[in-house]
Amino acid sequence: MQSLRMVHHARIGHPGGDFSAADILVTLYLNVLRLRPTDPLWPDRDRFILSKGHCSAALYATLAAAGFLDEKVLGMFMDPLSILNGHPDRNKVPGVEANTGPLGHGLPLATGFALAARMRKAEWRTFVLTGDGELQEGSNWEAALCAAQYGLDNLVLIVDRNGIQQGDFVDKIIRMDPMADKWRAFGWQVEEVDGHDYGALLRALGSTPLVTGKPTCIIANTVKGRGVSFMENSPKWHHHAPSDEELELALAELKGAAV
Amino acid sequence: MKDSMAVERETFDCRDVFAATLEEMAAADPRICAVVNDAVGSTKLGGFRRRFPERFVNVGIAEQNMVGASAGLASGGMIPFCCGASCFLTARAMEQVKVDLGYGKNNVKLCGMSSGLAYGELGPTHHSIEDLAWTRVIPNLTVIVPADPVETRSALQWARDHDGPVFLRLSRMPVPKLFPGHHRFVPGHAPVLRQGGDLTIFVNGVLVIRALQGAERLSRRGIQARVVNMSSISPLDREAVLRAARETGAILTVEEASIYGGLGGAVCEVVAEEHPVRVRRLGVPGVFAPTGSEAFLLKHFGLTAEGIESAAADLLRSGQAP
Repeated sequence: MQSLRMVHHARIGHPGGDFSAADILVTLYLNVLRLRPTDPLWPDRDRFILSKGHCSAALYATLAAAGFLDEKVLGMFMDPLSILNGHPDRNKVPGVEANTGPLGHGLPLATGFALAARMRKAEWRTFVLTGDGELQEGSNWEAALCAAQYGLDNLVLIVDRNGIQQGDFVDKIIRMDPMADKWRAFGWQVEEVDGHDYGALLRALGSTPLVTGKPTCIIANTVKGRGVSFMENSPKWHHHAPSDEELELALAELKGAAV
Repeated sequence: MKDSMAVERETFDCRDVFAATLEEMAAADPRICAVVNDAVGSTKLGGFRRRFPERFVNVGIAEQNMVGASAGLASGGMIPFCCGASCFLTARAMEQVKVDLGYGKNNVKLCGMSSGLAYGELGPTHHSIEDLAWTRVIPNLTVIVPADPVETRSALQWARDHDGPVFLRLSRMPVPKLFPGHHRFVPGHAPVLRQGGDLTIFVNGVLVIRALQGAERLSRRGIQARVVNMSSISPLDREAVLRAARETGAILTVEEASIYGGLGGAVCEVVAEEHPVRVRRLGVPGVFAPTGSEAFLLKHFGLTAEGIESAAADLLRSGQAP
């Protein structure tokens, strides 16, 4: 709800992807990642990279819920000189680990994080969240090969597979299926879950690495615009801000679901 | 400076001092690691791989991941030296250089090997004459073109100690030692290698020795050229440019790169804004180079002692009243 208010406030944003990723982010930040919100640079923290940086509103709202940010700051989303840029900046926002926005950067970065943990014999783990359309960027597959070659079992990729990209359904632009087979063929251990089922997410994310010596890929099947009837599964809401009336309708639906 | 300049003409491949210095630094600091795109031989990192296998990452032929993973290694507390042929390292991974290194301020040291026209016969695909223009505009990224083995070593040591991304543009073309052993690279500082009042030559990399030789030839014609080593492209020593403009009234830039956007472009920006004087840029003039060895191509584009002499004399003639 916070992220939708933020997108409404800014008159710009990516609410569809915010909502497909929200349950994943909440599960990670509140139940999986080892973090110290009062000490955001704690050296032994787990690292999380939001590769789909356009869903920054959902990340900022989650960081506030986890205690990294004051909720009041969320009201400045994309305001002039705000720390809350449309895409996250690690040098401005506590809890953000990487500057993302252009797609296909998160997995190479995460591969480097995981290599660093291994070189330093550190226990912390690296998690990265990509979209499914995003995986059309070739850089992801360069990193996929590298992570498998180096057996990075301290690395977890979560694919927010909502089936929609900016222009249309992923299937209609450049098909990414069979998704799980691709990752298996690249040497990753794969598990598919319902990306809106907290229990399933927690079970999968809590049991990594799925196999010793292999990087983990969790394909989270999600619904773009999840929770708002007129936004669900619609490419229109990839990059579109709600009107005043749409915001009220959406918040009423989300509140109803939360009761 | 002139007195301390070595007259010996033994030449060195700066990759040797690069590899030796990197291994020496890695032995002393466990945060230093190397990342390569399968170019172990041409980056001369075989020794590093043997000595520090656990800190050596070969990502294969994959430059976007090479730079992105290097940024991740830096975020995770390592100091990665990310090494590959300059043409691929920059062009292929430019968005990672911009976003993951410059914008994200990740402490990665990009080492662009065999830059400029070093891969002469291999053709324009392998020439790296655009890299200075591309990297110079990235905020937070220090861009260095060392001139000799002493400066290469010093620039590497400076890069290790500097907390921020650096692009070191290295060459495989043999050059003599120009600097005394105690010379230290200082970012934003352009040392004067030869005094002169008739014009100033700004130069860097493998062409510094040729500029000095060109200045000697000019001297025999009664023209005294100041020669300034502009190894630090970003940050740029604006004061050195302004002093040259004020005191010598004419500037020649000499680079093994496109004349657009690199050293020549940087000098012109300062001169045009703050103290307009006549400038001539010597380099690759907006074309893809023909086939030929590096030595052939340098001659083809006038990047020789004779070519520099002739361009300087032309520049001075063009300023005289008809």
